Amino acid sequence: MPDPRLAARALSAEFCGTMPLDGRETGVEALREKLAAIRAEQPYLEPDIVAKIVSAVLTTIGHDLSTKEATLLKEVGELSNTIAIAKAEIAALRVNDIKDHDIPSATDELDAIVDHTAQATNSILESCELLDEVAASVSGDIAVKLLAATARIYESCSFQDITGQRISKVVTTLKTIEDKASQIVRTFGQQEKAVSQDAETCSTPEAALLNGPQLPAQAMDQSDIDKLLASFE
Amino acid sequence: MAIDKSMNILIVDDYKTMLRIIRNILKQIDFNNIDEASDGTEALTKLRTGQYGLIISDWNMAPMTGLQLLQEVRADNRLRQTPFIMVTAESKTENVVAAKAAGVSNYIVKPFNAETLRDKIEKVLGHA
Repeated sequence: MPDPRLAARALSAEFCGTMPLDGRETGVEALREKLAAIRAEQPYLEPDIVAKIVSAVLTTIGHDLSTKEATLLKEVGELSNTIAIAKAEIAALRVNDIKDHDIPSATDELDAIVDHTAQATNSILESCELLDEVAASVSGDIAVKLLAATARIYESCSFQDITGQRISKVVTTLKTIEDKASQIVRTFGQQEKAVSQDAETCSTPEAALLNGPQLPAQAMDQSDIDKLLASFE
Repeated sequence: MAIDKSMNILIVDDYKTMLRIIRNILKQIDFNNIDEASDGTEALTKLRTGQYGLIISDWNMAPMTGLQLLQEVRADNRLRQTPFIMVTAESKTENVVAAKAAGVSNYIVKPFNAETLRDKIEKVLGHA
């Protein structure tokens, strides 16, 4: 790990101490190149190390600055403090616990809900199928009423499919939160390397169409769909 | 001309419960020759080896979705005329437009009732 103070002194001596008063743009360009070289050497430099280096540079060159530059640099210094505070707050959140325990536990619970509702629905369907057999063995009004009742139950049992799809959406959201939490952990000081952040990219054009059940306020009902289809005729 | 209730119907859904519900509703409206598949790939295999008068399919399945199944059916010379009803919870305008563009015969949004299913079957079989 680089020593921020040594790094700051080297940068300060190289770019500030030798910088002519009328040659700041050249100096800035040189500083950019130097920072690019450091980035190439340390692609995963932790934010708090960067903050310490910036702070040390500011301390070293502070006495050579105008009032405006000093104000600007003070704000940069405060920004480095903000980074340090954010890091401490994220550590206090115990993101690893959320990632490793809370979210997997929540998804397990949701999976259990799907399993239990499926079992219950199948029991209901078995009973309805038995009633359908009874309806077939009788005639007249009783048979009609039995079949109408079981038809209503069949229709209502489709809740299990809808519930399952809604829960799948929640599980997907939880996994997204888990990924984001992992990225935060990596960004703020963990030793793991950064990973690609294109998890939200849809793998196929059709993937963008798979939204699952809509909430009632947002959904088209059957009559809306019938009208839409009719518009193609 | 009456609907041929003896025709083979293929229902496709990755939820076994949903297959059972649709099967039972179809039986109540006197369709008894019902076959099942749990995704588009299995459905396509059955369609290419059997004779079906109607396909009723969910959309959101893996590895082959209902939309992909529809596209495969419409691209197949032997199957392309088979009526295809999409029964799905996907109810956004772009879903219906995409399904129509792919050649869907009708579109039912879940949750649906027996009357809607019967109505759409009659429509796609030309007996509205």
